[in-house]
Amino acid sequence: MSVTAQPLLEADSLAVQIGERWICCDLSLRLMPGERLVLLGPNGAGKTTLLHTLAGLREAQRGEVRLQGRPLADWPGRELAQVRGVQPQSQPDWFAATVMETALVGRHPHLGRWAWESGDDVRIAHESLICMGLDHMGTRNILTLSGGERQRLAIASLLAQQPALYLLDEPLSHLDLHYQMAVLAHFSALARAGAGVVMVLHDLNLAARFADHVVLLDGSGRMVSGTADAVLQADVLSAAFGHPLRRHVIEGQVAFLIE
Amino acid sequence: MRARTLPMSSGTATPPRAAASFSGDTRGTVSAGALPPGMFFARRSAFLTLAGLLLGSVGAFLLALRAGSLDAGWGDVFAVLGGQVDGTLAVVIRELRLPRAVAAFTSGALLALAGALMQVLLRNPLADPYVLGISGGAAVGALSAILLGAATWLVDGAAFAGAALAMLVVFGLSRGDGSWTQSRLLLTGVIVAAGCGAVVVFMLVMATDTRVQSMLFWLTGDVSGASRPWPALAVLVVGVLATLPFARDLNVLARGELGARALGVRTRRLRLLVYLLASLLTATAVTLVGLVGFVGLIVPHLVRLATGNDQRILLPAAALAGGGLLMLADTAARTLVAPIQLPVGVLTAMIGVPVFLFLLVRHPR
Repeated sequence: MSVTAQPLLEADSLAVQIGERWICCDLSLRLMPGERLVLLGPNGAGKTTLLHTLAGLREAQRGEVRLQGRPLADWPGRELAQVRGVQPQSQPDWFAATVMETALVGRHPHLGRWAWESGDDVRIAHESLICMGLDHMGTRNILTLSGGERQRLAIASLLAQQPALYLLDEPLSHLDLHYQMAVLAHFSALARAGAGVVMVLHDLNLAARFADHVVLLDGSGRMVSGTADAVLQADVLSAAFGHPLRRHVIEGQVAFLIE
Repeated sequence: MRARTLPMSSGTATPPRAAASFSGDTRGTVSAGALPPGMFFARRSAFLTLAGLLLGSVGAFLLALRAGSLDAGWGDVFAVLGGQVDGTLAVVIRELRLPRAVAAFTSGALLALAGALMQVLLRNPLADPYVLGISGGAAVGALSAILLGAATWLVDGAAFAGAALAMLVVFGLSRGDGSWTQSRLLLTGVIVAAGCGAVVVFMLVMATDTRVQSMLFWLTGDVSGASRPWPALAVLVVGVLATLPFARDLNVLARGELGARALGVRTRRLRLLVYLLASLLTATAVTLVGLVGFVGLIVPHLVRLATGNDQRILLPAAALAGGGLLMLADTAARTLVAPIQLPVGVLTAMIGVPVFLFLLVRHPR
């Protein structure tokens, strides 16, 4: 794989705080195009907060985040949205809309103020719906979707945005086994095509399979970051999650067994 | 086991994201012939809805000029519109019915537009223009002026001042520590409205009988006194034009604040703009005709059922529908049980409540 010299996402001695509580004090990372970073940690450890900081939706207390070499603060909102996409944790919907309209929302940053969605935009949104297996329900009302379908639609909307950097907050929530694998395989394919992916996951086995780098937050301000192999060790994870587990390698794949 | 389309087993079927643009890259699976149906049809039908509403409003306007105790034919109406000056009938049409019809249209359109904006701002389909206490402030202002026996223009001025004051109070308090959450805004508005309601009841109790009559008319909404609707009409035009550049941003905002920010929408600025605009529209409407109820709640819902929730269509359509509907309601209010004139607000409520309950039952969510 060809790796350009320019990192997609860089963080320099990042310190993030919620209220009085420190999420991380000195996080430095760099994500090249084609790489996948997984954020792990127990509930309330600050994974979402860190993800939002990396996305530029929240300011860090100290340190700097750069996207394509340019500090996030220097990016105009619309331009930023053309390059980095965020899938927030699932939220309720308040108003009726069709599945297609919702997927098209992802095209927003690519459209001028007075522009309407073009045939190209519709095509892109439709392809995204195909990826998430929703193309046959383009005219369905989103208020009638199941939890898993809503989650897939949120991902389809993000795919329609076509950013270079994807930030996913629990992309697998509500998804069945088939779509969990499908979503992770799809983002891995996008990474192979040159995108960067940052995702919050809960399943350690999936993290072991789909992560290149891991940042593990333990909820008390300590953090471990490094390559997936280095971080995903039984003792490190047991300490962070407060539950003993064992690491096995079965047919070449890392698997964690909960004791 | 369900049959499934296999979404992606390898990179080949994925829409590859190119570094900058996607131009012409159809390495995916879709040809133009496989485009989803309905999308462009939906937009065309939405524009047709707009055109239909415009025609309907013009029809309601002409009907409002024709209907009344003094019988007029279509010929008379068009003659007056064409500039004919003479005759009692012409004077009645030009001096009484025309401003009244314009006032009804303007206030209905202002309220429907403000209601649609409030529903997006508070992300609550049950919000209406009065929910944030602007009407309460206007009522306290107007009723104080009526209580003191002030002239009509002073009542109008006091109503607008009261609305502006309530808006500033709600805005100032809900900002609090700088965070500006919608639940906080909603709570502050509801509390201010409740406080104003208590003051209104107090003033009704203290007032003499003759004053109470005009106070009640003001409180239920009354178009008959609105003889100078033109400044309000100007506010309406400015308001509609001001929303159009932000209409797609509002679509994104309606789906959630965080997602909107992630898509590059400057939500702080947008929400402030929407709040100020909706407040100004409401204050203008309330100053013009008093508290006409239900237009601001029902009309956006009716329009949403017909056109969907795309604000680019919804906002102008709601304005047209609200204006047309209130013109019809006012024409009915002054002709149904003539010579008695009903306050138009009573009529909109009597139509609005059953319609709204019907919609709620039919669409449980």
